[in-house]
Amino acid sequence: MTSITSRRSASERILAPAIIIVVIGFTLTPFVSMLLTALQPRDTIPTGLSWPTDPQWHNFVDAWTAANMTALLQSSAIIVLGVVPASLVCATMAGYALGQLRIPAARPLFLLFVAGLTIPFEALVVPLYYEMRDLGLLNTRAAVILALIGLFQPFGVFWMRAHFVTFPPHLAEAARVDGAGPWASFRRIHLPLAMPAIAALGLLQFLTTWNQFILAIILIDDPAKRTMAGALGAFVGEHSTDIVLICAGALLIMLPGTIVFIILQRQFVRALLQGAVKG
Amino acid sequence: MTLQQWQGPATHRAGRAGFSPLNARPGRPRRRRVRPQLAGWLWMAPALTAYGLFVLYPLSQTVRYSLYDWDGVGSAVFIGLDNYAAVFSEPELYSAIVHAFELIVFFSFVPTVTGLVLAAILRELSTGAGATLVRTLLFLPQAIPLAAAAIAWTWLYANNGLINQVLREVGLGRLARPWLAEFDTALPAVGVIGSWLAVGFATVLFLAGIGKTDPSLYEAARLDGAGRVREFLAVTLPALRQEIVVCVTVTVIWALASFDIIYVSTRGGPGYQTMVPGVAIVLQAFTAHEVGLASALAVVLLVMVLCVALPLQRLGRPE
Repeated sequence: MTSITSRRSASERILAPAIIIVVIGFTLTPFVSMLLTALQPRDTIPTGLSWPTDPQWHNFVDAWTAANMTALLQSSAIIVLGVVPASLVCATMAGYALGQLRIPAARPLFLLFVAGLTIPFEALVVPLYYEMRDLGLLNTRAAVILALIGLFQPFGVFWMRAHFVTFPPHLAEAARVDGAGPWASFRRIHLPLAMPAIAALGLLQFLTTWNQFILAIILIDDPAKRTMAGALGAFVGEHSTDIVLICAGALLIMLPGTIVFIILQRQFVRALLQGAVKG
Repeated sequence: MTLQQWQGPATHRAGRAGFSPLNARPGRPRRRRVRPQLAGWLWMAPALTAYGLFVLYPLSQTVRYSLYDWDGVGSAVFIGLDNYAAVFSEPELYSAIVHAFELIVFFSFVPTVTGLVLAAILRELSTGAGATLVRTLLFLPQAIPLAAAAIAWTWLYANNGLINQVLREVGLGRLARPWLAEFDTALPAVGVIGSWLAVGFATVLFLAGIGKTDPSLYEAARLDGAGRVREFLAVTLPALRQEIVVCVTVTVIWALASFDIIYVSTRGGPGYQTMVPGVAIVLQAFTAHEVGLASALAVVLLVMVLCVALPLQRLGRPE
């Protein structure tokens, strides 16, 4: 028995790291190739993997200017601030109502939101374009903001209801005995305890908004008003012959979301695992 | 689109939970307040308004447009189901549907199988010190804009990109080609981008599932003298049933509804070789000004996604 155990772990000790390295190498190759290309001199035609003997860090400064990054960061931030808080408020309220309050037709209402979970954005982008045109919102950030708040609801309501529905009943009961109405018990008990679930949802919505591509390119013509991801296509179009600049610009555009993800990924995974245990 | 689906397992499971029995009991309010039922609807109002205005209303419009011949500007002519007939007869459109199903192999099948094997091998690491680093790196493609990933891969596939460079250096230069520009290789090439995107997602999802599996099951298998393969088949695979269903559902939807990667890397070309429904919808509506045709394709895409997602959801429910 002992021999079996040790034999297995011995082979695992060699195999596991080797496989991890191969898979992580595959995952990172596109990034590495981009970084090495971005550091080549601008006037050369680089190959996919050539060591930059004289790394041109200045390329990133050039790409920052060429891609109008300052304006793009602002634009993305405005869109995120327009979408995420409003979407979280809507989803939290609805999740609370469906999970904790007795409301008529709760089941059909819930199913109505669930039905929206699988709708791909592409199936809605054409009518959204004409709806925003009729509302006079085309080419404004409000078009993307409003559309995303709506599109985030099926998932947000689903997620928040899943939190509230498993809320420990004795706590809600205690509040009721104290004579607290739905608003008071929501504010004093449910909301503080729901913060981890709300934060996890907010993180998901932040990244989805920040990386939003299709809505940004369809609803907003001016790349400077789009999300960073949406502006990327226009940037590549303008500089299609300058692969060094494209790689530098694309890396810059990836950076903010990547930083947020790396900093918060522990919370992110923990919240998700908590959520998984709930059911 | 990508991260949104992450918490699949959590929500699928939580979604089954019933309403709290406590709330089914009529409360005895001490103070007078608005009738509870009306108040409850007020709590729902913001979400319902946003959902109704920007999802349900446009959805109904998609269905309506799909029955008309409309260029988006002039007057629309009702043509019944002609647009649907066109979707299934015009090569540019029905090939998009075929490609979407072919991409399932790359976006879903390969990553799910690879992810299972990797997770089983990496099982010991699911709680180890380097686990966070491994998980973060594997998950990185989920955090970046797909448009940026597509640009990175376009460069890898380029004539003097990394892949051709490596081929030439190992003496396989005759295999070097512009992968995204050739008819035979374009679709598999964009498919590999999908595999790259999904394999980390699948592996991390399965690792989390294995982490929740009762370790005594592995002990028991070990005591029975089960080899690695038997252990995988008898313990890991059954324990991960729900995660597998979640993974397949999410990645099949990525395949059917792919847009960003293909729009940025090939726009459906060369010819229609990589045309997929999402890209075809946008090109039909905003380049060809065939709004009705684009909408019919959108309805077909939605039905395709539902036909895959609904039966799979049923499978994911344990008895």
